[in-house]
Amino acid sequence: MPHRYFFWFILPALAAMVLFIALPIFSVAVQSLFVEHEQVMKEVENCGPFKCETVLQVDNETTARLQEEAPLGRFNGLGTYTNRAHLAFEEVGQIWAKTETWEDFVAGVYNLPLYKALFFTLSYTIVVTPLVLILGLFIALGVNRLPPITKGPTIFASLLPMIVTPLIGSLILFWMVDADGILGATLQVLFQDGDLSLKASAPLTWIMLFVYGVWHNTPFAFVVFYAGLQAVPHETLEAARIDGASRWQQVRYVVVPFMMPLVIFITLMQLMDGLRVFEPIVGFSASAKATSLSWIIFNDLFGDSKLYGSAAATSVITITAVCILLTPVLIRTWRDFHRKST
Amino acid sequence: MSTMAKGKYGLFGWFATSMVVFWLLIAIGPFVWTLWGSFKVQGDFFSKADWRNAIYGVMTTIETGEPFTGNGYWGAWVQEEFWRNALNTAIVVVFTVIISLTLGTLGGYALARSGYRYAFIILIAALIFRAMPHITLVSGYLLPFFEWNLWGRLSTTIIVLVAINQPFTLWMLHSFFLNIPQELDESALVDGCTRFQAFWHVIVPVMWPGVITTGLFSFLLAYNDFAVTSMLLSSENQTMVPRIASFLGTVREQGNVMFAVSAVVSAIVPLFFLVLFFQRQIVSGLTAGAVKG
Repeated sequence: MPHRYFFWFILPALAAMVLFIALPIFSVAVQSLFVEHEQVMKEVENCGPFKCETVLQVDNETTARLQEEAPLGRFNGLGTYTNRAHLAFEEVGQIWAKTETWEDFVAGVYNLPLYKALFFTLSYTIVVTPLVLILGLFIALGVNRLPPITKGPTIFASLLPMIVTPLIGSLILFWMVDADGILGATLQVLFQDGDLSLKASAPLTWIMLFVYGVWHNTPFAFVVFYAGLQAVPHETLEAARIDGASRWQQVRYVVVPFMMPLVIFITLMQLMDGLRVFEPIVGFSASAKATSLSWIIFNDLFGDSKLYGSAAATSVITITAVCILLTPVLIRTWRDFHRKST
Repeated sequence: MSTMAKGKYGLFGWFATSMVVFWLLIAIGPFVWTLWGSFKVQGDFFSKADWRNAIYGVMTTIETGEPFTGNGYWGAWVQEEFWRNALNTAIVVVFTVIISLTLGTLGGYALARSGYRYAFIILIAALIFRAMPHITLVSGYLLPFFEWNLWGRLSTTIIVLVAINQPFTLWMLHSFFLNIPQELDESALVDGCTRFQAFWHVIVPVMWPGVITTGLFSFLLAYNDFAVTSMLLSSENQTMVPRIASFLGTVREQGNVMFAVSAVVSAIVPLFFLVLFFQRQIVSGLTAGAVKG
C-alpha cells in the first residue's frame, strides 16, 4: 500500500493512540518529577474573650494562588521515586543494616507500601497461574469427552466468570463469604468458630483473592486449551495408544508437550493480569490486608487530596515492569517479522 | 482427540467428568445463588440463623407476605435512580464500540496491507500499549483534564475508552484482514477503483464476521471498565460499575445492601445474553490471540 494511503487510513487510530496513550505516558513521567505545593502558613492573631495568642494557620489564599500558577506542583527530581512510599532505598538500606536474618529483613521490607504491593502481586501470580493452568487443562480434557449436545451449554456456563465485570464478580463472591453469607456462615459452623471472618485475617483475605483469581481466569485457560486440543494430531495419539500408553500417559507425553506454546502464552497473560489486579481488592474491601500496584495508584488519585506526583511515580514503575515482562514477547514478534519479510 | 473418548469409562473418564461437574458448580453457582437471593430481603440473603432461609425466604415472607420480593430492584432502580447509570452505560458503550470499530477497521486494514517497517513498528507499539494497566494512564489524564475543564463528561470518557481500546482492536482486525486475500482488493484497483472505493465496495461487505468478534470485546472493555469510568466521570454522569462501587459505601449504613445486590444482578443480565448469543464469536476471539501468540 502506498505511503499516502496508509497515512490516511491509519491517521484516526494513530491520533487516538498518540493523544490518549503516548502523551499521557509522557505526562505521567513529567508529573512524577513534581510534588504537591507545601501549604503556605501565616501567623494569625487569635483573640479569645480573655487573651490574644498568635497561631500558625494555613494561608488558603496564597496556597490557592500557588496552585493556580503552577498546577504541577514544585519540582522534586527523583525524590518521589526514592521516598518511603515508593522504592525507599534509604529505608531498605537501614533495614538491611539492622536485621540479621532473612526473615526479619523480609518482614521489615514488607512494611513499606510498594514492596507490600509487590509481594502480594508476586504471590498472586505464583499461586494463581499454576492452578489456572492445571484446572483449565483438566476441564478442557473433560469437556472434550462430553457428548456433543452438552458441550455448548458447558462452555456457556464456563465463560461467565471471565466475562462478568471483575468488580461485580468479586462482589458476588464477597457477599457469599461474608460472615452472614452462605459460605462464610458454613465455614464458621465447620470450624466451630463463631467469630471466624475471612475479612479480618490477612492470610484468609489473600486466599479469598487467590480463589477469585482462579475463578476469574480459569475460563480463559480452558477455552485456549480446548481449542488447542482440537488441533492435537490424531496420528501421534494413535501411535502412542498402539504402543500401549495409558490415558494418563497419552495426556502426559503427547497432549501436554503439544500444548506447551499455549502454556507459555497463558502464563504471560497471567503475569500481565497480576500487575493489573485491582478491582477484586476494591470489591473484597481487602485493601487493609492486600494491595497491588494498580490499587496504590488508584488510592493516590481517589478522594479529595490527589497525590499526582506519587501516583505518577508508581505508574512509571509499573510501566517499566510491564515493559521488562514484555521483552521476550517483543523479541519473538520482531524475529517472526524478519523471518517473514526475508 | 475424539478417539480418546471411545472405549471404557475408566478412572480417567470419571476423574475428568467429575472435574467438569465440580467446575460447573463453581462457575455458575455464585450467579444462581445471587440471582435467587436478590428477590429476598437482607435477613434471608445474609442469614445468620440458617442458610436455607435464603432458599425458602422465611424472613421475606414475614416482612413482605410473599416468598419473593422486588423491593431491592425497586429501591435500586427507582429510589436510587440506577436507571440513570444504566442509561449512561448504554451511551458510553454504544459510542465506544461504534467509534473504535470505525477507527480500528480503517487502521487494521492499512496495517494488514502495508509491508513497510513502520506498519510493524506501530503494531509493536500497540502491543506495549495493550499490556499497560489502564489506571497508569488515568493518572496521566486527570491533571490536564481538570486544567482544561474536560473532566467528568461522558464524551471525554468515550474518547479515552476508544483510545485505550485501539491497540487491541488494531491487532485483532489486522490479523483478520490478513486472512482476506489481497487479490480481492487488488482486482478492484485494477478495475479502476481508488483505494478507498476498493475498501468500501470490496472489503467492507466481507469483513463483518471479524468486526462483530472485535466489537464484542470492545463492548466488554467499555462495559466492564472500572478504572477509567470511576476516575473520569462526575457523580451525575456515573456509569453502572462505578455507581455500584459507590453504592456499597452508602447503602451498608442504611441497611440497604439488597439495593446493591439487585443492581449487581441487573448489570449481569446484558452480559448473560451477550454470551448466550455470541458464544461462538467470543471463543474464536479468545483463541485467535492464542494462535497468534
